Amino acid sequence: MKVTTKERVIEFRDALREAMCEEMRNDERVFLLGEEVAQYNGAYKVSKGMLEEFGARRVIDTPISESGFSGMSIGAAMRGLRPIVEFMSWSFSLVAADPILNNAAKMLYMSGGQFGCPIVFRGNDGAGGQLASTHSWCVESLYANVPGIKMAIPYDAYDAKGLLKTAIQDDNPVFFLESERLLSTKCHVPTEEYTVPFGKALVRRSGEDCTIISFGRPLHFCLEAAEELAKEGIDCEVIDGRTIRPLDIDSMVESVKKTNACVVVDQSWSFASVGSEIASQIHAQCFDDLDNHVHRVHSDDVPTPYAYNLEQAYLPNTRKVCEAVRQATYNS
Amino acid sequence: MVVSTSVDLLMADTDTTSTAQSNANGMTEPTHLLKQAEIPGKGVLLGWLRQMLLIREFEVRTMQAYQNRLIGGFCHIYIGQEAVAVGTIAAVNPDDPVVLAYRDHGHALARGMDPKNCMAEMFGRIGGCAKGKGGSMHMFDADHYLYGGHGIVSAQTPLGTGLAFATKYEDEVISGGKSSHVTLCYLGDGALNQGCFYEAMNLASLLDLPVIFVLENNRYSMGTAIERGTSMAHDLRLKSEAHDINHAIIDGKNVLSTYRDFKGIADWCREESRPYFVEAQTYRYKGHSMSDPRKYRTKEEENSEEANDCIATLEEFLVEEHDVTKDAFKQLTRQVKTQVRQAVEWAKKSPETPMEEMYKDVFTDCWGPYTGTSKPDMLEEGGLD
Repeated sequence: MKVTTKERVIEFRDALREAMCEEMRNDERVFLLGEEVAQYNGAYKVSKGMLEEFGARRVIDTPISESGFSGMSIGAAMRGLRPIVEFMSWSFSLVAADPILNNAAKMLYMSGGQFGCPIVFRGNDGAGGQLASTHSWCVESLYANVPGIKMAIPYDAYDAKGLLKTAIQDDNPVFFLESERLLSTKCHVPTEEYTVPFGKALVRRSGEDCTIISFGRPLHFCLEAAEELAKEGIDCEVIDGRTIRPLDIDSMVESVKKTNACVVVDQSWSFASVGSEIASQIHAQCFDDLDNHVHRVHSDDVPTPYAYNLEQAYLPNTRKVCEAVRQATYNS
Repeated sequence: MVVSTSVDLLMADTDTTSTAQSNANGMTEPTHLLKQAEIPGKGVLLGWLRQMLLIREFEVRTMQAYQNRLIGGFCHIYIGQEAVAVGTIAAVNPDDPVVLAYRDHGHALARGMDPKNCMAEMFGRIGGCAKGKGGSMHMFDADHYLYGGHGIVSAQTPLGTGLAFATKYEDEVISGGKSSHVTLCYLGDGALNQGCFYEAMNLASLLDLPVIFVLENNRYSMGTAIERGTSMAHDLRLKSEAHDINHAIIDGKNVLSTYRDFKGIADWCREESRPYFVEAQTYRYKGHSMSDPRKYRTKEEENSEEANDCIATLEEFLVEEHDVTKDAFKQLTRQVKTQVRQAVEWAKKSPETPMEEMYKDVFTDCWGPYTGTSKPDMLEEGGLD
């Protein structure tokens, strides 16, 4: 009789928690700190139960004081502790811009290599759903501009766990951008420990006619669009960049050399963005391979609107990705 | 002369609550018991004198080098405030973390950094303490537990809280013992008006962190007198009392009383694992930076402040209490002049920071320049070593 073991399927938020718990068990220098992470079990229940396992010395509730607790954590990291700092939303990281950009990113350099900053800042990035402009920040383009930080954006629970473990083990500051809209999504996550390396993109769908490059939440729309376009005879390859710094441009270039068409889907604003950077690099490296210029899908160049219909129209979606691919492949 | 102190810390009152009261002079007296430190003997005091003379001479030569364009950028001179760095650092252990603002040469030297490395840093040379990557405002020295001068006003206050968090975590969570360190976090009076200082104090108090916020109140943040920039400038204890943090005022122009008062505070913070807010009243003789013509204060004020000089005060004490001769002072002065001259020469001879250093220390692993046209950053393992 054939024995089948059922694959373990867990939520994105549980995968994040598993990554943190495993690393905290492996290394007592690792601790978690942030607003509502301990007694409240996390604003999004990512840290549920962690206070119980690790105690209040290692799972630490902070006041709403991002500048203070970010700077404090960086000071602790300078001594070799390995803090995980949860931002309830990356939107709130803006009040901590000085410590995270001036101190975390530059400490190693400014001290001539004497003091590093092994720290992870993590939390929700991007529109959560009708939160209006101040609470809907996509910080990736803003922060990717700064040398000295690494940046990861997981799309599914498997990568959430593997990338977060890599982030916590990294000796450099890592900005880890999650999406509220993905926290309840599920996929297979093995019981055994594993990591997902930084700088290695993942081909989420193979195709011959057009390369779609994206990160995090918008990949959902890219994959939906690829299925829809397949019905029209357009065969898309969807690449999940996984990390923005380091950026696996080699895999992207390789794909574009095969498909000769490229669409970049980036949920941040278009001007001076991750999307424009990737497009620029693809243009430089695939100049003779491209049948058309790189097309880009971004959020519209306005503050995030509250009204449901406006917000939906503002964000990248399946329809916009389809249109961009049709244009890039002269099928419009 | 008699060692005077603006606050008598040895009080009979054994109330250990953190309330404080103003005395008749408007000074604040903490009501918990602090043990007053003994003034050390002649040898130690001569060591302090030598440190203060070294800092002053170093700063004189720094100004000269700046005028000769050997030093670039912003440069802030510590002359007048030497007693604060020397007296407070003498009161803690060599492995207690120190973090500070941008007027940082004096603390680096008091902490034990070789003047050669300090000068070479300002010259932007490979021999600098940070290989010429930080400059005047960013003195880092891991061997001496000096976690940097920091150029953004008050940015170092959350960092200081974090260093204290780390020592406590190391001592208690990792080693399973008792918290046994105290962090010195220096700030100027300009930092009093930055929000992150209050966040830092709030966290330090909530988490019982052994950090001393040492306010070096030299009365001006750049050209703005403290009264023009800080509400309640005449009663700064309120700033920390709001966070349940004890406050004391010390005479930052007298290294003897600075040490005596500060040692008691540092020992208390170490023992109790609690923060403290110490206001060292002092005065910077020079401008905010090298480009400051000092039009916001009067010559009379400057003269009267310089008449009460920390080096002269200590020399006077050594003459009266220890029969030290003027010749001995001259000899010390000659020694430090030679040492600083050698530091300048050494810094001049230190090679320029090599071009490959530009790409080092961005990440701990080996990342190279971001060219924008190839796979960024990740070079061959060891490619830059």
